[in-house]
Amino acid sequence: MRFRARVEVQLRPGIADPEGATIERALPALGFEGVAHVRAGRSFSFEVDAPDEGAARTTASELADRLLANPVIEQSRLELEAI
Amino acid sequence: MAPRIGVVVFPGTNCEHDVVQAAAAAGGEGVLLWHGDTQLGAVDAVVLPGGFAHGDYLRPGALARFSPVMGSVAEFARSGGPVVGICNGFQVLTEAGILPGALQKNGRLRFLCEPARLVVSSTASVLTAGSAVGDELVIPINHFSGNYTCDDATRARLQAEDRIVLRYAANPNGSIDAIAGIANEAGNVVGLMPHPERASSALLGSEDGLVLLRALVRAAATASAAA
Repeated sequence: MRFRARVEVQLRPGIADPEGATIERALPALGFEGVAHVRAGRSFSFEVDAPDEGAARTTASELADRLLANPVIEQSRLELEAI
Repeated sequence: MAPRIGVVVFPGTNCEHDVVQAAAAAGGEGVLLWHGDTQLGAVDAVVLPGGFAHGDYLRPGALARFSPVMGSVAEFARSGGPVVGICNGFQVLTEAGILPGALQKNGRLRFLCEPARLVVSSTASVLTAGSAVGDELVIPINHFSGNYTCDDATRARLQAEDRIVLRYAANPNGSIDAIAGIANEAGNVVGLMPHPERASSALLGSEDGLVLLRALVRAAATASAAA
């Protein structure tokens, strides 16, 4: 079976996010009011061949933890769908 | 014979020749090592120099950690060999888990390229053994992700074990505790964001980096004699 994985990587709560803060500071100048707590992150997608969803999830989450996110400062969220 | 300082070249590394030249000025002999080789060869110390290893894709240092040479670098470090990561090299060492913590994007998202005033905070490392605590050094920084961060337990441990080797006199990038460089438990592995090789001649505006590099060359000579 083949699965499409989407991994979202964000800084852990409590880790300062200079990118999100810079975006947030720019918002009033653009006329956006009432927007707060902007956090920047990255999104990755890839396809995994695996016998079942559990095996695909194991591969994808290991890939996310070992490479796509730096667990010291980041956390990842995984979504998986059969294709 | 001058101690041999292996300088690892990844695709995108750009400070290797500066380090080779500065190593010579400090009394060593710089030898370039290719990241794709699995062996280090006959070297007495290893430097991971600055630049953009593997294009800094994903995160600085994230892909360099998987380069074939890194297994030997980790083994060399474990066996007590002197290893120094400068700037991008520091990022590689943290990504590889050889040093704790991480280098985040600078506070206020500023790319910084300027001389930095540093204060020696510990002499228990191969890079600062020739200095005294409180010595001030002026050495350039040149980075976008030099904002050192780690969890509270790691920070407490670094402090308790005297492993914060260099601090900024005026914190330029938001690093916790104004950390500019740290060492491992044994002091044989050091990572720092400032570039000592760019402060290795009066012509460059400062010779303060030579103080650090001479200490590294001495540590390499000791390692060589012990081997």
